[in-house]
Amino acid sequence: MAEKVLMKGNEALAEAALRAGCRAFFGYPITPQTELAAYMAKRMPKEGGVYLQAESEISAINMVYGAAGAGARCMTSTSSPGMSLKSEGISYIAGADLPAVIVNVMRGGPGLGGIQPSQSDYWQATRATGHGDFHPIVFAPSTVQEMASSINDAFELADTYRTPVIVLIDGMLGQMMEPVELPEKKEKKAKKPWAVTGHGGKREQNIINSLNLDTPALERMNIERFERYKKIKAKEQRVETYLTEDADLIIVAFGACARVSRTAIDKAREAGIKVGLIRPITLVPFPVDAIEKVVDQTKAFLTVEMNMGQMVEDVRLAVAGRAPVEFFGHTGGIIPTPNEIFEQVEILDKQKGGEA
Amino acid sequence: MAQTKEKVLFERPKSLSDKPFTYCPGCTHGVAHRLIAETLDELDIADRAIGVAPVGCSVLAYEFFNTDMLQAAHGRAPAVATAVKRVHPDAIVFTYQGDGDLASIGTAETVHAATRGENIVVVFINNAIYGMTGGQMAPTSLPGQITQTSPTGRNVETDGYPIRMVEMLSTLDGVALAQRVALDTPAHIREAKRAIKKAFQNQIDGKGYSIIEVMSTCPTNWGLSGTDAIGWLQDNMLPYYPLGVYKDVAAKGDAKEGATDE
Ligand SMILES: Cc1ncc(C[n+]2csc(CCOP(=O)(O)OP(=O)(O)O)c2C)c(N)n1
Ligand code: SF4
Ligand SMILES: [Mg+2]
Repeated sequence: MAEKVLMKGNEALAEAALRAGCRAFFGYPITPQTELAAYMAKRMPKEGGVYLQAESEISAINMVYGAAGAGARCMTSTSSPGMSLKSEGISYIAGADLPAVIVNVMRGGPGLGGIQPSQSDYWQATRATGHGDFHPIVFAPSTVQEMASSINDAFELADTYRTPVIVLIDGMLGQMMEPVELPEKKEKKAKKPWAVTGHGGKREQNIINSLNLDTPALERMNIERFERYKKIKAKEQRVETYLTEDADLIIVAFGACARVSRTAIDKAREAGIKVGLIRPITLVPFPVDAIEKVVDQTKAFLTVEMNMGQMVEDVRLAVAGRAPVEFFGHTGGIIPTPNEIFEQVEILDKQKGGEA
Repeated sequence: MAQTKEKVLFERPKSLSDKPFTYCPGCTHGVAHRLIAETLDELDIADRAIGVAPVGCSVLAYEFFNTDMLQAAHGRAPAVATAVKRVHPDAIVFTYQGDGDLASIGTAETVHAATRGENIVVVFINNAIYGMTGGQMAPTSLPGQITQTSPTGRNVETDGYPIRMVEMLSTLDGVALAQRVALDTPAHIREAKRAIKKAFQNQIDGKGYSIIEVMSTCPTNWGLSGTDAIGWLQDNMLPYYPLGVYKDVAAKGDAKEGATDE
């Protein structure tokens, strides 16, 4: 087993990306993802890869489009306002079926917002990463260790399904230091016979493209893409559950909120309240199976988020009216405390306990 | 059986596919395509060439060049080309872009690829109009030029002035070659070919960023016949956009050392 090292989340993610074979990184400075790009600037040249600070996030994501089209394992990282600029390029990446990884270390919004941690880009990541009929895969790690492992999975799934993958991180995790066991260096490269490399006189031309003026053909492409999404939904839901077996109240939370929720759950358990946690590791595909498994036994769901209530809608879709789904959250960079969550659990327990 | 000896005088360049162009009659996009394809053939670089098509009338350039191709978002071709060249330094990478693409929505990408001295070729088709979307005012439309969105003529008081792109780019240290050519006469077309070939040769020699601005026609949206469009280009565009070499480090030394043409 590899030894554990103490690293900042952003840096652990960058190192793990390099070990996963990422050989092209395109960025633009923005807080709170800066350490990630800085780490890449230092390390990427030593790995013989491409590091480039672009003139904007628009340019950076289009460089990712080019590098991905050229067959390189590549990524970019940004924070919320930069993500809005990347949405055009992400749509093209999806339309051209290119594998690429985009990291968003979220901060508060809308507009320039603030630089403190936030989860307010949930909707953007899961619903509106760009125009057109598509959605990326979305990872939401909750520990520094998981930041390292999810970037590896992100690259693998991007290649397997030829789709953009977003790693959605709240600012807190990016800045936090924790012991992490870094993954081994990956030597094997995925085969990309579709990439543009120069045909070498040995094959027909390869074309990287999202345009299709033939309407039935464009529809066929969209249908094929959604067949892939169906497979992703069936095979790639990732979730962690905590004390759900006997629970009659379920908290659903991701990222930093899941960490504080866990502490609140321990406290509630001591007070005799049977509450458990469902922590989505993938937001797309949303872990609907995990919710389905507990929905009949659950008197109420509570989502805890650092936004005004976004993921709560996905939980409501999964629960489909079979139990009440409540929301508790903070915005503006305020992280909900275990005590606040405990109070919410107590209220729910009193309300729902009486009904049972 | 009588044997006739055939001698081929003129044929399709190997780097062009046999798909018929989708360009309007009299449009010079096709001429520009041919010059690039001939260059790829003559320099024997088609097998390692990777082209980037823009958004504009030449959006389907990937159908016409049979090299490896990418289609880029509107204006982003230089960013895409930058990454492709960095990932495959031995490939020959070129973009093909219109004036709306290169000098309006993609100005930042254009300027920064140039100033980084990316070792790529940019072929810039300036027809002073947004051709594909049906003839709106372009960044390069002339003062007084009537377009769909400047129905009384481009008013410099409200619409500003046209951009002379190669002049502007020639001030950047990263640029190896900045030249303006035209496709109005056989002599000019031959000159355009020489310029394009020099640009690709620069890339082969690792000299850096080369841009060739090609003064072109859009008979359809100018509302003129093919021949009259050539006349309009000569009478109106060439005086505003003088042809010539604005920067050439191959003639004067190394771009990276900040040599200028003067
Ligand atoms: C983001 C975006 N904005 C606008 C358009 C619409 N659009 C398509 S082509 C074009 C202008 C092309 O003009 P130019 O680059 O001069 O090329 P030409 O057709 O004249 O060769 C525009 C505005 C688009 N496709 N994408
Ligand atoms: S619209 Fe203009 S630029 Fe486009 S193909 Fe026709 S003539 Fe050429
Ligand atoms: Mg034009």
